[in-house]
Amino acid sequence: MQFMLLFSRQGKLRLQKWYVPLSDKEKKKITRELVQTVLARKPKMCTFLEWRDLKIVYKRYASLYFCCAIEGQDLELITLEIIHRYVELLDKYFGSVCELDIIFNFEKAYFILDEFLLGGEVQETSKKNVLKAIEQADLQEEAETPCSVLEEIGLT
Amino acid sequence: MALKMVKGSIDRMFDKNLQDLVRGIRNHKEDEAKYISQCIDEIKQELKQDSIAVKANAVCKLTYLQMLGYDISWAAFNIIEVMSASKFTFKRIGYLAASQCFHEGTDVIMLTTNQIRKDLSSPSQYDTGVALTGLSCFVTPDLARDLANDIMTLMSHTKPYIRKKAVLIMYKVFLKYPESLRPAFPRLKEKLEDPDPGVQSAAVNVICELARRNPKNYLSLAPLFFKLMTSSTNNWVLIKIIKLFGALTPLEPRLGKKLIEPLTNLIHSTSAMSLLYECVNTVIAVLISLSSGMPNHSASIQLCVQKLRILIEDSDQNLKYLGLLAMSKILRTHPKSVQAHKDLVLQCLDDKDESIRLRALDLLYGMVSKKNLVEIVKKLMSHVDKAEGTTYRDELLTKIIDICSQCNYQHITNFQWYISVLVELTRLEGTRHGHLIAAQMLDVAIRVKAIRKFAVSQMSALLDRAHLVASSTQRNGICEVLYAAAWICGEFSEHLQEPQQTLEAMLRPKVTTLPGHIQAVYVQNVVKLYAAILQQREQAAEPEAAQDVTQLMVERLPQFVQSADLEVQERASCILQLVKHIQKLQAKDVPVAEEVSALFAGELNPVAPKAQKKVPVPEGLDLDAWINEPPSDSESEDEKPKAIFHEEEQRHGKPRQPEADEEELARRREARKQEQANNPFYIKSSPSPQKRYQDLPGVEHIPVVQIDLSVPLKVPGMPVSDQYVKLEEERRHRQRLEKDRKKKKKKDKERKGKPRRRGSLHTESDEDIAPAQQVDIVTEEMPENALPSDEDDKDPNDPYRALDIDLDRPLADSEKLPVQKHRNADTSKSPEKEDVPVKERKIKKPKKKEKKHKEKEREKKKGKEEKPSKHKKKKHKKEKEERSKDKKKPKKKKSASDGAAEPVENGALDEDPLPPMSSYCLLAENSYIKMTYDIQGSLQKDSQVTVSVVLENQSNSFLKNMELSVLDSLNTKLARPEGSSVHDGVPVPFQLPPGVSNEAQFVFTIRSIVTAQKLKGTLSFIAKDDEGSTHEKLDFQLHFSCTSYLVTTPCYSDAFAKLLESGDLSMSSIKVDGISMSFQNLLAKICFHHHFSVVERVDSCASMYSRSIQGHHVCLLVKKGDKSVSVDGKCSDAALLGSLLEELKATLAQC
Repeated sequence: MQFMLLFSRQGKLRLQKWYVPLSDKEKKKITRELVQTVLARKPKMCTFLEWRDLKIVYKRYASLYFCCAIEGQDLELITLEIIHRYVELLDKYFGSVCELDIIFNFEKAYFILDEFLLGGEVQETSKKNVLKAIEQADLQEEAETPCSVLEEIGLT
Repeated sequence: MALKMVKGSIDRMFDKNLQDLVRGIRNHKEDEAKYISQCIDEIKQELKQDSIAVKANAVCKLTYLQMLGYDISWAAFNIIEVMSASKFTFKRIGYLAASQCFHEGTDVIMLTTNQIRKDLSSPSQYDTGVALTGLSCFVTPDLARDLANDIMTLMSHTKPYIRKKAVLIMYKVFLKYPESLRPAFPRLKEKLEDPDPGVQSAAVNVICELARRNPKNYLSLAPLFFKLMTSSTNNWVLIKIIKLFGALTPLEPRLGKKLIEPLTNLIHSTSAMSLLYECVNTVIAVLISLSSGMPNHSASIQLCVQKLRILIEDSDQNLKYLGLLAMSKILRTHPKSVQAHKDLVLQCLDDKDESIRLRALDLLYGMVSKKNLVEIVKKLMSHVDKAEGTTYRDELLTKIIDICSQCNYQHITNFQWYISVLVELTRLEGTRHGHLIAAQMLDVAIRVKAIRKFAVSQMSALLDRAHLVASSTQRNGICEVLYAAAWICGEFSEHLQEPQQTLEAMLRPKVTTLPGHIQAVYVQNVVKLYAAILQQREQAAEPEAAQDVTQLMVERLPQFVQSADLEVQERASCILQLVKHIQKLQAKDVPVAEEVSALFAGELNPVAPKAQKKVPVPEGLDLDAWINEPPSDSESEDEKPKAIFHEEEQRHGKPRQPEADEEELARRREARKQEQANNPFYIKSSPSPQKRYQDLPGVEHIPVVQIDLSVPLKVPGMPVSDQYVKLEEERRHRQRLEKDRKKKKKKDKERKGKPRRRGSLHTESDEDIAPAQQVDIVTEEMPENALPSDEDDKDPNDPYRALDIDLDRPLADSEKLPVQKHRNADTSKSPEKEDVPVKERKIKKPKKKEKKHKEKEREKKKGKEEKPSKHKKKKHKKEKEERSKDKKKPKKKKSASDGAAEPVENGALDEDPLPPMSSYCLLAENSYIKMTYDIQGSLQKDSQVTVSVVLENQSNSFLKNMELSVLDSLNTKLARPEGSSVHDGVPVPFQLPPGVSNEAQFVFTIRSIVTAQKLKGTLSFIAKDDEGSTHEKLDFQLHFSCTSYLVTTPCYSDAFAKLLESGDLSMSSIKVDGISMSFQNLLAKICFHHHFSVVERVDSCASMYSRSIQGHHVCLLVKKGDKSVSVDGKCSDAALLGSLLEELKATLAQC
């Protein structure tokens, strides 16, 4: 997978993950172009399109579009499953996820994605394992928190 | 100091966190940019604080802003600070920010190396994990080189959580630092068998990605992956492995064969669509790579097509799309299987989704045939009318043209219909593809002579409505068709019914609004029309009418002289002067028409694209020699090459320049005609094309039904292609009826003959539809005395080039197919299939010759009167008979070496099905097994023959331990493995499950080949079924006929003649009566069963040749009389000849 974009129906970008090194300018250009193309498509249309030399696979969940770019030989259907799996993970983690969850906890959304995909490849196919890893990492954060509160007040 | 710290902390309490920032942005919709720049200022302040918590919060906010499109590269150093925080909470944020905004150009990235190394070796797996995740996004070649070893160590970490991340990131490391691949690979391979499924799947992922790029390096892993594939239940992993196999099979066909079964099993069993689809895709890839090696996989193809049909029929648009996509892959190699689903594809054309419709269009291209073309195009035309977007409509238009014109108009049977389709397409407004339509019109009108009359009438109608076309659509490309229309009307003006009217249409003032290049064509062709009209009027002795036209020209041409377009202006002024001159001559009552039309005399033939290449370099011309002294180095600096070579402007189909004066032109023309007359490659033009076709060989016996052109020729208004569809249907119907009638007649005659191949009279196959027009597509002209080399005709990329093999040459040992030991169930049939084409070629030779002969005869007759003599009629009938079997002759004729300028019928031509013949005859049979055999010799081994025995298990038992034993004779011995005695049998190297057949080969050594021999033998085997196993035996008698010692060897007629003259051959003859078979088939039989090849055939007489494995020449002269055949044989060994003729007699007696 080359990159993954999440954007709203209004075309606002909610999350972006690039697995290929590109300059910011290039990223912006691609994002703008893709958001326009995908939003222009009608709901009853198939959700694959050929774009430049890549294939774009997208899916809409409520007000959010999940959009992935894959190479010619990659499989569209499995990419759809990846998207779906990611949405399931978000759903489990946030408890019936909505767009606002992702906006306000966007770093969490990234952490989950990073546990699920690495370098554009699926790293963990088991939902349980992904969530377990996230929970434990969060636990570790919490364990650190009291100390950081003290730190914040400047008592350390 | 402490106070300051406390103060800072209190300030800090009022800092925004991420949530505040997001909320703030949402509340400042109007002045978002201003608000954000304010926030960035605050963030900059926060980053100056000492507290790492404050910094982390700031970096977190920055990451969010980066997503919104703001540049945060200035904070790169702060991000590194946060990355190196000891607390996981901050570290995580730091790495996230880095992974989002670091790239190879970030200069501070080199500062991170040590920090990352420290984190990688951290005792906390989450620190390590977060570092690995981050690294995967921003790894640079430097980082990869420095950290490769650390990451490799992590691949053996105790925690699978780390192992799997390390394995995955290795792929990125390999990409950036390829040197690491070799040292790391053994460990990576180990991970394929890691106890943790996550690590295993990560390793599969990485190796699959690597292998997809360079499959050949990973072939050795195939067995391991095969094991994984059959054992894994994880669909994610399975899909990856199957994809990997898809990349490997083209390199190793044996792998493909092995894969088919497990893959088809998966296709049957899986419920996961993605897995199913990947399996289907890979099966297709395997079958494509195997297409040569494997005889028959129609079952797998059928399965794939079936499954894809289910996908396409699904209501899910995605599955539909993918189904069509995969279908088009199958189409390339197995068009027949896809064509069966035409209905479905046509249905998809109605889909709401444009991407699906486009996919369906792609498929349609490969699915058309003569039979369904009209229907498909009609459907597409209706879509053109309905289409809402111009892109889709343009796509439709190009597809219609592609479909119709593919393979030299292969599928078009009625060009009137096609022209009217093209004319209908001109109604499209706003299309970009006017030039495509124009090019088609030109191509068809030039190359299909019979259609010119019709084309001209349609084009003149188009020109008449030119003001419509021009005014409404001038901005878009549709006016390009006027370019074609004007040219066609001018060039073929003799077909115009109302030339005056067309002339006036072309001189309308509106025309000057057209683009320049079109006006230029108008001007040029106006003169052609003018010449035609002058001629007409002068012949009709109407000098005043002729002067009127001249006057019209003089009046109207000035509008072009004023054109801003240089080309138009120049042409128009030249012509205006010319016309004024003519006017003066006319005033003196001088007849001018002859001279004016001489300007355009001669026919313009299409020129083959390769014609230029074929022009021979004249003797004494050295193309590499300098014409002038080469410019010195100092000069060349300021002199541009352009000054030496004129860049020629590429003008599309520029007709010709009326430059040279008329006398010179006439002289050249005369010379050209002379040359053309002597040039065998040139198609001579004759006054009436219709007549010409009758003279052409191979065309007149097409059951052509003349279309009554008088009715629809002049269609008022738009021609409607439907009309022609109806006409075409009627024509086909009539044609069919006629054919039926003929068939019936023939049947009555042939009552006692063999049953016909196809019984049903009403099914119409594609080949049965004969083209309507006396269509010949004029092939493109080649330069005079073109080099006859065939080589440059062939595209070096042509996949069939490799098939350019002499099939008559006996197989060398090294060439022998190694597959025989592994044949599967289909083998009992395959040998025939393999044999057939060889034979087929052999029969064709005589046909060709016979044909030429007939041509000559006919040409002789042409001198006399065209009245078909009785004799000729007979011949035609005979030819027709042949033709009904072998419709596709013309193409074959073309492929003959001289094919350059012969007219070719439209359409590519398939191989003709042959009556099935097998050289395998029954050896022995019982309830268990059936044995058939064939004996082949080879010229390389003068005392050996190979006996191929096909063993077919006819029982429900499993047959094993098969062994063949033969009682050797003095003369003929079975070659046994070394060390075995003469009484030992030779084991058959395979076992036979129920219903399966396979072929085994045994070598025999022979001393003398002059007499036939029989050897007794036994096949012993164990038959095993549910009840137990039994020992079984089957006796047989192997018959070594003398024929089996002959090897088909081609011989040229001059060598053959020398051989006969030499006089050291003994002679013998036989005669067989009561033969009803046609001579053609008779020869085929002799060729096939007795291993002869035809040297020459003249009428009902043929000379044939073969050679024995010991080098005896065998020559035959076969003559067919009325119901009898006589064979005179000559051979270097009288005894051999005697035996051979006896065997031949036995064969002929059955005919």
